[in-house]
Amino acid sequence: MTAVPTRLVRNREPGPQRFRELSGQVGWGIFTWVVGIAFFLPVLWMLITAFKPESAAETWPPKFTFSPTLAEFRLVFSGMGPFLTHSVIATIGSTILVLLLGVPAAYALSVHPVKHWRDGLFFFISTKMLPIVAAIGPLYVIALKLHLLDSIWLLIILYTAMNLPLAIWMIRSFMLEVPKELLEAARLDGAGRIREITGVILPVVSPGLVSTALICVIFAWNELFLALNLTTVNAATMPMYLISSVPQEGLYIAHLSAAATVASVPVIAVGWIAQRSLVRGLSMGAIK
Amino acid sequence: MAVVETGAVPTGKVGLRPHRESRREGWQRRLPLLPALIYVVIVTQVPFVVTLWYSFQNYFFDVPAPAHFTGFSNYTQAFTNAAFRGSLLRSVEMTVIAVIVSMLLGVAFAVLLDRKFLGRSIVRTLIITPFLVMPAAAALVWAGPMLDPNFGLLNWLLEPFGVNHVAWLSTHALGAVIVVMIWQWTPFMTLIVLAGLQSQPADTLEAAKVDGAGAFATFGELTIPHLRPYIELGILLGSIYLVNVFDQVRLMTNGGPGTATTNLPFYLYQQVNFAFDVGGAAAAGVITVILTIIVATFALRMFARVFQFEEAGI
Repeated sequence: MTAVPTRLVRNREPGPQRFRELSGQVGWGIFTWVVGIAFFLPVLWMLITAFKPESAAETWPPKFTFSPTLAEFRLVFSGMGPFLTHSVIATIGSTILVLLLGVPAAYALSVHPVKHWRDGLFFFISTKMLPIVAAIGPLYVIALKLHLLDSIWLLIILYTAMNLPLAIWMIRSFMLEVPKELLEAARLDGAGRIREITGVILPVVSPGLVSTALICVIFAWNELFLALNLTTVNAATMPMYLISSVPQEGLYIAHLSAAATVASVPVIAVGWIAQRSLVRGLSMGAIK
Repeated sequence: MAVVETGAVPTGKVGLRPHRESRREGWQRRLPLLPALIYVVIVTQVPFVVTLWYSFQNYFFDVPAPAHFTGFSNYTQAFTNAAFRGSLLRSVEMTVIAVIVSMLLGVAFAVLLDRKFLGRSIVRTLIITPFLVMPAAAALVWAGPMLDPNFGLLNWLLEPFGVNHVAWLSTHALGAVIVVMIWQWTPFMTLIVLAGLQSQPADTLEAAKVDGAGAFATFGELTIPHLRPYIELGILLGSIYLVNVFDQVRLMTNGGPGTATTNLPFYLYQQVNFAFDVGGAAAAGVITVILTIIVATFALRMFARVFQFEEAGI
């Protein structure tokens, strides 16, 4: 929709049509705002409730005016320490491992592809379809036998396997965009494979690696099923802290909301900053 | 500009015919792939092999006796077990409803966001946020502050419409869980469909307008066919994640009331954690995997079509 046709229309018949078009646009804009806010409402309510004193959180009708307090946040910050540490280690550790394994693999499936690169790609993605829940019992037994139960290493190992297929697809899509001329030039300069990767490919795909890492961070940070089944104390993560913030009795809604806010904020911030690469990452590189 | 990958592999003179390449060259190509390949095989395939083995064993955590071979008894139990079959069907039901509704909403949101209006990027940010909220946090916030019968925001919002302190998680448990799944996955669908809409060439739309095509006709005959691969991709990826939904079930309803919201992941979780039945859970797991493989074969074919790999001689 360029400005030209609109101006033509206005020249021919001045008032009403132009007005109707404009008001229609404004109307849709307002409608979209309303839909957006309604959809966001639960998050907003979580934020509001997090600043309430416990006594104002469980009232009927719900209170919208209250004197905000940071009491619940203070409680959360003093209680989440070990959980936060475990989450950060598991998330960052697995993401680094994913990149270390994923970059060479993506290279072998794109720039100098192996013979059956397509089978390789589909093997990786097919592992995402196998429901990990189906193997949870044996996984528990294996972890027990390897003395990995309730260990942060176990989470790093499993989160790496969880995110690696996605990362390989995504990094591959970035490597396919490396200009052929660059690779050719490096080859004529006598660059070997290693120098080709470090000198030519990595500088070009590094923004892509950042968005890949962000996607891995989101999924690892939010993971609960494996953590809940395979850890108890020594490796319990932030989602498990959330569960522990719901007591058997007593008022807890404000505390829960504060904990949920603190647990969600890192990923929300990452997602907001990386909105553009989010689409590409979630579609595994299919959408550019 | 968003474009579905055509799968063109940059070959040029770099990726030369494989059948003529030397052995050494072949290994040089394979070597970078091996660490990731071996890693994924060990971490994701070995547990399934072990699962297969345990599915023929009688093994309970809480019984000191070692595991012993029981033939197919775990399987016959799984097949005759109404709870297992029920959870299987419930998983399918939850996934299908959540994927379809979130895709419909996603298309609607994407169409709204595709227009220009004041503050568009802010609204877009608001709409993608539910996807970013930690699923455990989303489940607990919905279960408490949003849906509680006594002080929940939803009951207050619906009060003018005659809704009076409904205990959503007891009376509409399955619906409530599915609503939260939809709430979290609609942004995902929106983003993918929006990318599709924005990749639509403006001149074809302009041409349709000049030809006097109405908005609905244009949408149905031009936009929807153009969006098809994007919609397929969204459905495919959404299903992969939604079929494994666990956090919402565990934290909102704990599978109940009764077994009203017990899906497969939650059922297996219960078998291992509360019935200590490794053998039984393994057999149920193997059946699940076999069913998944059947579905995944179709899904992979869809993947191949969506990504349109070029049949280049690589």
